Amino acid sequence: MKYMLIMRATDEARESYEQVPFKEIIEKMGAYNESLTKAGVLLAAEGLADAMTDNFLVDFSAEAPIVTDGPYGETHELFSGFWIIQTSSKEEAAEWARRCPLGPGSTLEVRRVTEMSDFAEFAETDALVNEAAWRAENGQE
Amino acid sequence: MIDARRTVDAVWRIESARIVSTLAKMTGDFGLAEDLAQEAVVDALAQWPVSGVPQNAGAWLTAVAKRKAIDGWRRRQRLDERYRAMAHDLDEAGDGEWQLIDDSVLRLVFITCHPVLSREAQVALTLRVVGGLTTEEIARMLLVPVPTVQQRIVRAKKTLAAAQVPFEAPDPNEWSSRLGAVLGVVYLTFTEGYAATSGDRWIRPELANEALRLGRLLAELVPREPEAHGLVALMEFQASRFAARVAHDGTAILLTDQDRSRWDHAQIRRGRAALLRADGVGRGRASYGLQAAIAECHAVAPSIDDTYWDRIVLLYEALGRLAPSPVVELNRAVAVSMATGPANALRIVDQLAFDGALRGSHLLPSVRGELLARLGRTEEARSELLTAARLATNERESAVLRAKAAAL
Repeated sequence: MKYMLIMRATDEARESYEQVPFKEIIEKMGAYNESLTKAGVLLAAEGLADAMTDNFLVDFSAEAPIVTDGPYGETHELFSGFWIIQTSSKEEAAEWARRCPLGPGSTLEVRRVTEMSDFAEFAETDALVNEAAWRAENGQE
Repeated sequence: MIDARRTVDAVWRIESARIVSTLAKMTGDFGLAEDLAQEAVVDALAQWPVSGVPQNAGAWLTAVAKRKAIDGWRRRQRLDERYRAMAHDLDEAGDGEWQLIDDSVLRLVFITCHPVLSREAQVALTLRVVGGLTTEEIARMLLVPVPTVQQRIVRAKKTLAAAQVPFEAPDPNEWSSRLGAVLGVVYLTFTEGYAATSGDRWIRPELANEALRLGRLLAELVPREPEAHGLVALMEFQASRFAARVAHDGTAILLTDQDRSRWDHAQIRRGRAALLRADGVGRGRASYGLQAAIAECHAVAPSIDDTYWDRIVLLYEALGRLAPSPVVELNRAVAVSMATGPANALRIVDQLAFDGALRGSHLLPSVRGELLARLGRTEEARSELLTAARLATNERESAVLRAKAAAL
C-alpha cells in the first residue's frame, strides 16, 4: 500500500527554522530522504515553494472559477511538501513518518493513496458486462 | 495502548537488515546474529507495551541483542581470550548515531542469496532478514504453511554454518556471478508474484512489490552495477500493468486486450528512470537491461499495433545471443509475428518444437496455436490451444486457453 506524507508548517515552524542554519536543515532532510531511498520505499517526494509570488488559489465556489493570490495565511498551515512511500502496513508508514526530521509547529498528515481496488464498485460494472458477454459466448448462463 | 506486535513488526521491517548485519559484523557469525536479533524482538514485544516504543527503536533492538551476545559469551565456561576481547569491545562500543552501513547490508544480501543455499531457502531468508518480513507474512506470500518457512530458514542457517560461509563480500573474481545470483533471487521472487506458478490467483502483488522493494534497495547498494538498475526497471514496467492484467472475475487479460489507460504511468516513469540509470553507468545493457528495454517498448506504445515491433525483434535477438533460451526464442517469434506476420514466426516456433525445446510447457503450444489461428489453420490451432490448456499449471491461465480454443 502507498501512503502520502503531507508536510504542513505553521508560522511557529517557520520561525524556529530561521534559528537553524539552512545547511543543517537540508542535511537532515537529505539523510532522511536517503534512508527512504535506501530502504526501497520511496516512490516520490517534492517540496513546495512558499513565496506568495509563485503561488495562487483557484476558488470554485462561484459560477466561474476565481483565481486569487491567496489567502493562505488564514489557515496558518501551509502544505509545504510531500512524500509518497510504499509500505506493507499502516504501522510501517507510521514508523517512517515518526523519523521525519521536523520540529515544533510542523505536522505530517499521513494519507493512504487510493488504488484501483478502492473503486471496485465502478470496475464491477464494466467487468460484469464483460463477464456476461464471455459467458454468453461460451454457452454459459 | 500501542499494538505491540504490529509496531515491533514495523520496526523490524525497516531495521532488520541493519540490525542483523551490524550484529553479524560484530560477531562474525550470521546465524548467531539472526538468533540474537530474534531474541531482542521477543524482549521488545514484552517491554514496549509497558515502556512505550523507544525513540530509536532500531538502535534499541541492536543494543539488546548485543547485550545478549556479551552475556552469552561471559556465561561460557571456556572464556578464552578471543571472546573476552570481543565482549569487551562490544561493551565499550557506544550505540551512538544510527549510521548508514551499506557495506554490511550488502554482505548480508550476499549471504542470504549464497549459492550453497537452495532457491527456496534463498528466497525465504532474503525476505525475512533483508526484507524484514515476518515468517507469517512470508508464508502467506509464498502460499506455504508457516512451519515450512520456519524450517527453510533454520535449515538455511545450518547450511551456511556447515559451509563455513564468512560474513564477507565475495572476492572480486566471484563478484559478478555472486551478484547475478542475488539479482536472480530478487527476480525469481518477483516472477512468482507476477505469474504465480501455484495457486489460482494470477498475480500476487504483495510478493511482487516486495521483490521491487528489494530490487530498489539493492540498486542503491551497488549503484555502479547496470544490471541492478536494469532489474528494477524491468520489474517497474511489468508491475505497471498489474491493474490491467486481471479481470474482475479473476481471469487474466493478455497484453493485446489490456486497457492501457489502467497502466500505472507513474510506475512506468520510474521504470524509465531506472533504465536511464542503468544506461548512465556506460557499460551497455546485459540481460535485465535488454528485457527492461523490451518492456519499455510496450510501456510507451499507445496500442499493440502502434508498438515498435522491429525494435523489439532486435532487442530479442540481442538477448538471445547474450542469454540463449527457448523462452527468449519463443518471445522473439511472437515479436516477429507482429513485425512481419505469422508465417515467419511459425518457422521459428516449428524449429523450437523440432528441437524438442520447452517440452511439457504450455507456452509453445499456446503460441503455436495463436499463430496457426492467424494463418486460418483453425483445426490445428484448436488442437494446439487445448494441448496448451492441459499443460498449464495455473488454473486461470488454463481457462483462458480453453476459452480461446472454444472461440475459434
